[in-house]
Amino acid sequence: MDTKAYIDSGILELYVAGALSEKESKDVYALLLKYPELLNEVLAIEAAVVKLTAAASPSDSKVLFTSIKETLNFGTQNDSKVIPIGKAKTNYFSYMGWAASVLLAVGLFWMFNQNNELRTKISTAESDKEFLEFQIERANNSLSEAKNLISVLRDRDIISVPLDGQAVYPEAYAKVYWDKSSSNIYLDVQGLPKPPEGKVYQVWSLTLNPLSPTSLGTLDNFDTDENKIFTISNPNSSQAFGITLEPAGGSESPTMEQLYTLGVVS
Amino acid sequence: MQLEILVEKFQQKDEKAFESLYNMYSESMHGVIFNIVRNQDIAQEVMQDVFIKAWHNASTYSAEKGRFFTWILNIARNAAIDKTRSKSFKNAGKNLNADFFVGIIQNNESLDDQTDAIGIKKFVSKLAKTCIDVIELLYFKGYTQKEASETLDMPIGTIKTRNRNCINELRNMLDI
Repeated sequence: MDTKAYIDSGILELYVAGALSEKESKDVYALLLKYPELLNEVLAIEAAVVKLTAAASPSDSKVLFTSIKETLNFGTQNDSKVIPIGKAKTNYFSYMGWAASVLLAVGLFWMFNQNNELRTKISTAESDKEFLEFQIERANNSLSEAKNLISVLRDRDIISVPLDGQAVYPEAYAKVYWDKSSSNIYLDVQGLPKPPEGKVYQVWSLTLNPLSPTSLGTLDNFDTDENKIFTISNPNSSQAFGITLEPAGGSESPTMEQLYTLGVVS
Repeated sequence: MQLEILVEKFQQKDEKAFESLYNMYSESMHGVIFNIVRNQDIAQEVMQDVFIKAWHNASTYSAEKGRFFTWILNIARNAAIDKTRSKSFKNAGKNLNADFFVGIIQNNESLDDQTDAIGIKKFVSKLAKTCIDVIELLYFKGYTQKEASETLDMPIGTIKTRNRNCINELRNMLDI
């Protein structure tokens, strides 16, 4: 196609003016898509016409775009075609609003439930933690006690004195570990029965010739002591140890009929 | 093809694109409308209506039928002509000046501080009567080529070539 002749015919100027028929305009459009030089010509014509027509505008009467925007937002125009469009838009937004609020409500409910669940979990975890702390503390105490005992048993300066069961309760037994350097005895009474109500075991240090007992005290918390090992101060030069069952509070001198165990220092 | 994208976005109700198109064409439309109604307040009111109408009827525009500029130009011319036929316009006793666009441009003082103003003023002052007639009818009044041919009593071919020469002169002056 001879695009120059087409341009020179002046049809593009009429195209921009809108003076062609619908059919002619469609034909021009098809050619514009095909020939870029035609499109460039149209753009130039259009630019010139825009400038010329704009020159006829008294520029002090320009309408600010904001006033058009305001009018559109307020929807004050009477054009009947306009109203449905405005309505549709409003409905769309109100549907969105409802959808959003339903989502929000569901979301809040879910969060509320989650929150409660978490609170329960936290309090459970807290009581678990307290229990565990208690256990650890106990374990630590037992451990330090056990370590203490081992160190006592391993000490070579310790004298071990087995105490055998006597006539009143032959199955009974006990053991004294005597640390002379610290003047302490560690009394293991694992082998003694539980004392009856109102009675208490009393520990005695004995010298044999002549036989004279010295009280080392009562085992008041025999029941509650778990490992049944008691640490007792013993500054005496003992030759034997004995344990008797006495009334609560202990006695001045041992009740020999209730002598449970007795052992001689070898 | 930035203009095409702008128009497409405008059709998708993109307000920014609408504003860009407004800035590109509002003054031009205002000139066309003012040339018809010859009253600044009314021209302003009509132009506002034109762009609002364009916004609401954006979906009816199709590039196949013509340029976007041509589309909005048609809306503007029709709205302005409708206005001059309205009762309120006639009751206000507006007597339409027979002056063509040339008179408006020549008397347009606000043009003096615009870049292309001197060129355009010079252009219209030297413009031949035939150019004035053709441009007035085709661009400012929206006549079809057939209507223009009948009004000016010229064959359509002559209208076409004469109009092209007139627009070419304008383009030379504006260096487009």
